[in-house]
Amino acid sequence: MTTDNLIFETASDGQETSQGRVYTLSGGDWDQVKAAPAGEAERVVVNMGPQHPSTHGVLRLIVELEGETVTEVRPAIGYLHTGIEKNLEYRTWTQGVTFVTRMDYLSSFYSETAYCLAVEKLLGITDDVPERATVIRVMLMELNRISSHLVALGTGGLELGALTAMFLAFREREIILDLYELVTGLRMNHAYIRPGGLAQDLPPDAIAKIREAIPRIRTGFKDTENLLVGNSVWMARTKDVGVLDLDGCLALGITGPTLRSTGFAWDLRKTNPYCGYETYDFKIPTVDTADTYGRFLIRLAEMEQSLQIVEQCLDRLEPGPVMVGDKKIAWPAQLSIGGDGMGNSLEHIKQIMGTSMESLIHHFKLVTEGFEVPAGQVYQAVESPRGELGVHMVSDGGTRPYRVHFRDPSFTNLQAVPAICEGGQVADLVAAIASIDPVMGGVDR
Amino acid sequence: MTETNNPLIPQGATELPLVDIREGSFGVRGSGDTSGFGGLVRRIYLPPAANRPLPGWFEDVVSVFEQALAAKEFKSADVIERVVIDRNELTINVNRQFIKIAMQILRDEPRLKFEMSMGVSGVHYPAQTDAELHAVYHIRSMTHNRQIRVETTAPDVDPHIPSTVDVYPTNNWHERETYDFFGVIFDGHPGLTRIEMPDDWVGHPQRKDYPLGGVPVEYKGATIPAPDQRRMYSR
Repeated sequence: MTTDNLIFETASDGQETSQGRVYTLSGGDWDQVKAAPAGEAERVVVNMGPQHPSTHGVLRLIVELEGETVTEVRPAIGYLHTGIEKNLEYRTWTQGVTFVTRMDYLSSFYSETAYCLAVEKLLGITDDVPERATVIRVMLMELNRISSHLVALGTGGLELGALTAMFLAFREREIILDLYELVTGLRMNHAYIRPGGLAQDLPPDAIAKIREAIPRIRTGFKDTENLLVGNSVWMARTKDVGVLDLDGCLALGITGPTLRSTGFAWDLRKTNPYCGYETYDFKIPTVDTADTYGRFLIRLAEMEQSLQIVEQCLDRLEPGPVMVGDKKIAWPAQLSIGGDGMGNSLEHIKQIMGTSMESLIHHFKLVTEGFEVPAGQVYQAVESPRGELGVHMVSDGGTRPYRVHFRDPSFTNLQAVPAICEGGQVADLVAAIASIDPVMGGVDR
Repeated sequence: MTETNNPLIPQGATELPLVDIREGSFGVRGSGDTSGFGGLVRRIYLPPAANRPLPGWFEDVVSVFEQALAAKEFKSADVIERVVIDRNELTINVNRQFIKIAMQILRDEPRLKFEMSMGVSGVHYPAQTDAELHAVYHIRSMTHNRQIRVETTAPDVDPHIPSTVDVYPTNNWHERETYDFFGVIFDGHPGLTRIEMPDDWVGHPQRKDYPLGGVPVEYKGATIPAPDQRRMYSR
């Protein structure tokens, strides 16, 4: 008796359960699987993930199939849970930025800004944040919207077999990541936006470099647009796939491009402006098809709008401070590049080590102990590329957060997977999930 | 209440939500403290209840909510425990027995229309006896472009709060998350299982009595203790 026969026999015997006879198959030849006696109703439960290239990270889907039709799908999450919210309770308010930037790693400037806006709201210094810091925040957020949407389009295309879309999107994303590196020193996980302002000012050549990059990014969009918009293969795979109407979105708490694909122009940048978004000139693109193709069109249009906001930011950048004036909150040191990499600027070191004992004490207290934030709780939301990113922050009057909860849009939007996939084809499952664009780092935190 | 130096707390106010009682300073314990700072006692409170009438549209929301409760023959004094305005945000503290009907009214009443829930966030306040566990709901009205917070509490010994999934289906995963992290049991939830932690995990990690964990790290000869073993300046 060969090993193959053993598998066959196990399969054919099955196991009697309360739900009928269950056959468990793992590996083996399809001919043998087929040869196993077919039950009265053919229900196949397939486990997809958590390690599967086309589920956007460590998402696990338990899919029940009837032939090619998905009858039930249940997402299972938690494979990337890192306890960031708990960790924040053991760091100072400033150190928290380093953690939240790692949540939704494709749109880290949004987590950073939402976190810092919440801290500033608790401190009551929202209006004291310098104009230059706010404009740079907006500029980085909008560049981040483009780089995040590019990943959504690129991986979405990849998952449907359109590899060219992936190459084009990542080519443009690389330009933007280079700009991040120029500004923050890092391509991802920046920790650049800090409570009260920014970690440091833009480097001298940043404005010129960003201006120079904008036309290149814009041409890059055109390539993606020419490739996919109206492309019959792309439309066949995405049109009328993953449909969720407005009622469904509101009930399930879905925000972002998915909500706007129902024709409802809900965008927190317009409806509840923060960071001075009411002073920028931009539009909220919508479609009324409520499907995957519509969400793709919205992302394309949003990238162009974001680019226009970036241009407006560059025009209004005036020299000035990038951190609040209150010395009890402002980070005492400015960073600079030295011979051994980035560190505190030499003038600052000279002052605290050579001339002023009080400056040294002040630096030491603020860096080790941090600043106190009056007790209370706030909710601060920003419009991330995926929808409403909300921060519920509680302070107990101390130097560390008492509780920080991130309402991540990916987490909430993933709940829509059963609603948009059940009854569809198994091949459309991947397209529909790609259209939600979940990032598991944000889902699990 | 003479110990408090919190200017937010009105004279003669009672039953304020306590966060913590702190003794000493700089987190130093057991040393030969001769400075006198070791004798400091500070009580930390959350912001107090607001006086009526409330400013702006907050008064509209609360009074319409009260009228709607009365129309359904609920006494608003039973349902609403406190109304807080802090940092220009409205918080309605609701008794947990009535959380579902309160959410139903807030969603359906045409003058309120909080159609969308932004989920549930748990907070653990060990110092608040018989109200240790808080469930905080942020709800948003797109019709009126308003956003409020509804908060309810449960004692640690009876951590039950009625589920709001029937009213806001989006709260399904959020309630599972709050159960997972805080041990709040949402009665009537369609499938209250852990969502982030493994199914066989023991304990609820976001509670304040659950340690962060971690190991000391040695770097260039010096040992840095695990994050939850380092000195805390807050208490």
